[in-house]
Amino acid sequence: MKTEALHVLNFKKYDFEQKLYENNLDLPPLNIETLQVNVTLKCNQACLHCHVDSSPKRTEQMSKETIDKCLEILVKHPQIINLDLTGGAPELNPNFDYFVTEAKKLGKHILVRHNLTVTIDGDPTTKESKFYLPKFYADNNVEVISSLPYYQEYFTDKQRGKGVFQKSIESLKMLNDVGYGNENTELKLDLVYNPVGAFLPACQQDLEKDFKKELWEKYQIKFNNLYTITNMPIHRFKEQLERLGTYDEYMEKLVNAFNPSAAKGVMCRSLLSVSYDGKIFDCDFNQMLNLQIYDNEPLTVFNFSYEKLQKRKIIFDSHCFGCTAGAGSSCGGAISE
Amino acid sequence: MNYYESKDLNRFAEVGKFKPQLMRKFFEYYGDATGSEGALTKREKALIALAISHFKQCPYCIDAYTTASLEAGANPEQMSEAIHVAAAMAAGMTLVHGVQMLNNLEKSGA
Repeated sequence: MKTEALHVLNFKKYDFEQKLYENNLDLPPLNIETLQVNVTLKCNQACLHCHVDSSPKRTEQMSKETIDKCLEILVKHPQIINLDLTGGAPELNPNFDYFVTEAKKLGKHILVRHNLTVTIDGDPTTKESKFYLPKFYADNNVEVISSLPYYQEYFTDKQRGKGVFQKSIESLKMLNDVGYGNENTELKLDLVYNPVGAFLPACQQDLEKDFKKELWEKYQIKFNNLYTITNMPIHRFKEQLERLGTYDEYMEKLVNAFNPSAAKGVMCRSLLSVSYDGKIFDCDFNQMLNLQIYDNEPLTVFNFSYEKLQKRKIIFDSHCFGCTAGAGSSCGGAISE
Repeated sequence: MNYYESKDLNRFAEVGKFKPQLMRKFFEYYGDATGSEGALTKREKALIALAISHFKQCPYCIDAYTTASLEAGANPEQMSEAIHVAAAMAAGMTLVHGVQMLNNLEKSGA
């Protein structure tokens, strides 16, 4: 094959590895501190931007056997200090409460990506109520990280569905009532903002001030931190961009806003992402793109090797520009100032 | 093809083709005046620019400063109020010229 033809085949329009090379950046894994586990793809919401393509129709969920394997990994590896539970709505896995209480017994810091409305909507299939969740979280000192894309109804409902804002406010009040968001308790309640469209998040600190002022003045709601997260140009959000004809414009925006300091802090360096069926990935986004970690064989919770995982090469692709644009983006919000 | 193509905004720098040094000075000044925190925040500056974009009816600027306002953390209510300020100013500027009309009426003895 001619060299020019090979060049065309190898050409990547948005080449993240090339960008790292141009910036003299090498991003090997650091110590693995967090096991992020996606326990179900089922969700009571079906958000426009969802990179997981979650909805009430999804049925995939982690079995108790796989949860026990994750717990075994947490026992054997004291250096993994955080268990980060996500989904879908993770609470919709029937073994969710078991997972939390067992991990608590191990002394792990537990974080739950909680969509707020699941407390009120309950299970879309069984209609089982989840009103016990705030107290359950407080009893297990879970750090609650809740999606609330905006402090106003319009943007929130536009992204997450009609009625979501009002239900989220109700649910936040329930969390406040058991002590969440109060600086005098240890119970941490963080909110997650992500843009309702093809633009980058505003400055995290500025938005946090706005959220705190508006939510307190209008609803007397308190929370600890606001995390700003960039929308990932994959799956449902990518489809939306393509429908609007703005995919390339959005990608160019992300590439032009590449921030080397944010790149150094990307979460995949200190986190592992586990899918409902036990496969291991560098992050939740790679999980959704099925970019599984291999070391001669696919790595899973059933053949878990901390040593092999620390020596792995993190799989980067064009979507990684989403984590390195502007102030950066991670499950813990902005990465750099 | 429309007279205004949104992708043409990306070609703005090409206007410096025959006078690059003047364009460089303009972009430097433009960046300093609009793109940084100062006595005014970036959000306030974006909202002022959004209002002027509407007043001068520049489609490129409306696109750019809608996004810039959102990325500076402004909400749709603030953005709408900003363009109402522009609209009210435009109406005021039209109406205040009514004084000229009154002066002329008086001058003509009407």
